[in-house]
Amino acid sequence: MLRQASPQSWTGEYAVEAVDLVKDFAEKRAVDGVSIAVPTGSIFGLLGPNGAGKTTTLRMLLGIIEPSSGERHVLGRSRPIEAAHQIGYLPEERGLYPSMNAREGIAFMGALRGLPLKLARTRADELLEQNGLGDWAKKPIRTLSKGMAQTVQLLGTLVHEPRLIVLDEPFSGLDAINQGKLERVIRDRAADGVTIIFSTHVIAHAERLCERIAIIAGGKVAFNGRVDEARARLRPIVRLRTRATDGPWRSALPASAQNDGGEWVFELPETGPEPLLKALIDGGAGIDTLAIERPGLHEAFVAIAGDAAAQAMDQPEEVAP
Amino acid sequence: MKELMRAAFVIARRDFSATVLSRTFLLFLLGPFFPVLMIVVFGAATQPIGSEAERPTVAIVASEHDYQAIDQARSRVANAIGAGMMINLRHVEPTNDPQQIPKLLQSSSPAYVAALEGGLANPRLIGGMRRESGTVKQVSLFVADARRMREYPEPVRVQVVQTERAGPGLASAGQAITARGGQSLLFLLTLLLAGMLLSQLIEEKSNKVIEVLAAAVPIDAVFLGKLMAMLTASLVGIAVWAGVGAVAIAIISPTGLSALPVPAVGWPMFGLFSVVYFAMSYLLLGAIFLGIGAHASSAREVQILSMPVTMAQVVIFAIASIAVGAQDSTRALAAAAFPLSSPYVMIARAAEMSDLWPHLVAIAWQFMWVAIFLRVASRIFRRSVLKSGPVRLKGRKVARA
Repeated sequence: MLRQASPQSWTGEYAVEAVDLVKDFAEKRAVDGVSIAVPTGSIFGLLGPNGAGKTTTLRMLLGIIEPSSGERHVLGRSRPIEAAHQIGYLPEERGLYPSMNAREGIAFMGALRGLPLKLARTRADELLEQNGLGDWAKKPIRTLSKGMAQTVQLLGTLVHEPRLIVLDEPFSGLDAINQGKLERVIRDRAADGVTIIFSTHVIAHAERLCERIAIIAGGKVAFNGRVDEARARLRPIVRLRTRATDGPWRSALPASAQNDGGEWVFELPETGPEPLLKALIDGGAGIDTLAIERPGLHEAFVAIAGDAAAQAMDQPEEVAP
Repeated sequence: MKELMRAAFVIARRDFSATVLSRTFLLFLLGPFFPVLMIVVFGAATQPIGSEAERPTVAIVASEHDYQAIDQARSRVANAIGAGMMINLRHVEPTNDPQQIPKLLQSSSPAYVAALEGGLANPRLIGGMRRESGTVKQVSLFVADARRMREYPEPVRVQVVQTERAGPGLASAGQAITARGGQSLLFLLTLLLAGMLLSQLIEEKSNKVIEVLAAAVPIDAVFLGKLMAMLTASLVGIAVWAGVGAVAIAIISPTGLSALPVPAVGWPMFGLFSVVYFAMSYLLLGAIFLGIGAHASSAREVQILSMPVTMAQVVIFAIASIAVGAQDSTRALAAAAFPLSSPYVMIARAAEMSDLWPHLVAIAWQFMWVAIFLRVASRIFRRSVLKSGPVRLKGRKVARA
């Protein structure tokens, strides 16, 4: 049984816990038994191709839609809406009232999350100034650039100083500069002890920011753990060029080694690099170049998610009703 | 409940400001003048085909012989010009009771607008109608024709005796007009505003704000807030229209509202009931439209989906209109019990009958249905929206950077 406590005073180990979440839409199972636990104060990435079930999982965690089965607790509440004042949510499909000005848009989002309107307006002014948008505070949102509008929505997500921030594909549509700014915002908030969950299909963001990730493919969690644990699932790759084309040294290479234009590529044997080097030297390979590459999260993702993810990559995005 | 109302108020405040402070609200304020024009035209066009029950009835207190002559004269005129605008005649045998005529005029079943006594020899028309009214002219015509057929030597002028107060017959005919006017206004306003509400929801879905709202507050609060905002905005509109209407009446008719047929419950109470029944009707239909809005993703889909409801509403309005003039009939009571037609029936009842307790019962009944409709609509909404991620024509791949 999961815990139940006040979101304001939440100091539990996990900010979000989900057990066997399932969501069925008509004849399609969008999410199939997702279980995750997000440590309080951590940055947690939900990684997967589009249509994998990331958005549906986040929506269930936030109580926007109810799971067909399974259980989730957010900041200690089994009904996430009860913790809404402590949560900030940036949906993938950004939503703002075009006729509202930036200040009112941010203040409205704060008021929705329980902030008194006067205080929400004051904080909106401060946030806009801090983010170089002070001159745009009174401009209708429809007149802002896409990047500015996204920043305004992000500020609206943060204005009530939530303890849990959920960002669905937050980097989508941002240029490199704004992506960098957003990464800083995420790190700063996490440094203040705020729990951050974000979904992404861009592995580099997850690799740079996350302490823990869950890889979702086909509605299922294929991996859930630390980023280095995911990478450690693959053996390092050895790239070798030799002067000798043949000789006793060939027996040191694993059977799966492949020759790609004169370069041998194979997984580092479990015995490690030293026995390999010794065997190559003793066997007269004449080592020209030898590189040992640690696999990245991308390789780990492909290895973990496997065929299902590969197929999902080529599938169209989930179709909204 | 406190958080629900707080959240609903936040949403209502935004929607109200966005609605009332927009330029389109001016168009909204001008909008009802077109329906009012339609009602005037519609009223004029339908007047000739008004039901027999709504036509004024005159008691002919005379011998059977004289009554037959007058009734035959009426038939001849009806054959010539059609019976649509003709008054009804009913024969009453004269008695020795000196109070016979006053009693007849106070009778409510049947309700007489006037009584003709003195037969063809010395006709006297007694009632609360004006001297230049159609009733006086028609009776005079019938009497003249009957006397001509009976070969009376000289024509005679029908003596008109005006009573101080209009009898129930005249009042009921006027009140039926008030009842129909109230129903029509209620219907048009409700349909107009519920349609606007639906458009707003679609706009919200296209703005993608709905997910932000649904994540932050209960869907019930979103619904309630939107309904509250539009109701308040429409009440602002009604206040403006009522003010303009009052000024227009004061200019057109020096006697002001007293020139209009007085509703049975009186003008102040009728005004109050109009607002309350409008609110109920709007909330009931608005909740249905919001439920429909959950299934629609574009204005075109809205039109398609809301068409059956609009048509059903027209039928309900037609059913409600049968209650006019027969408020205690079984069909009128059934229409009053059916939640969607109840506000229309009850506003007509307020125009025609003075008892107040049925209104308290009806308002409580309608309020209960508003709560039920809202609850069901919000559940449908939750099930129908935000099923999955955004629409994409082509899939995006997991990328390295």
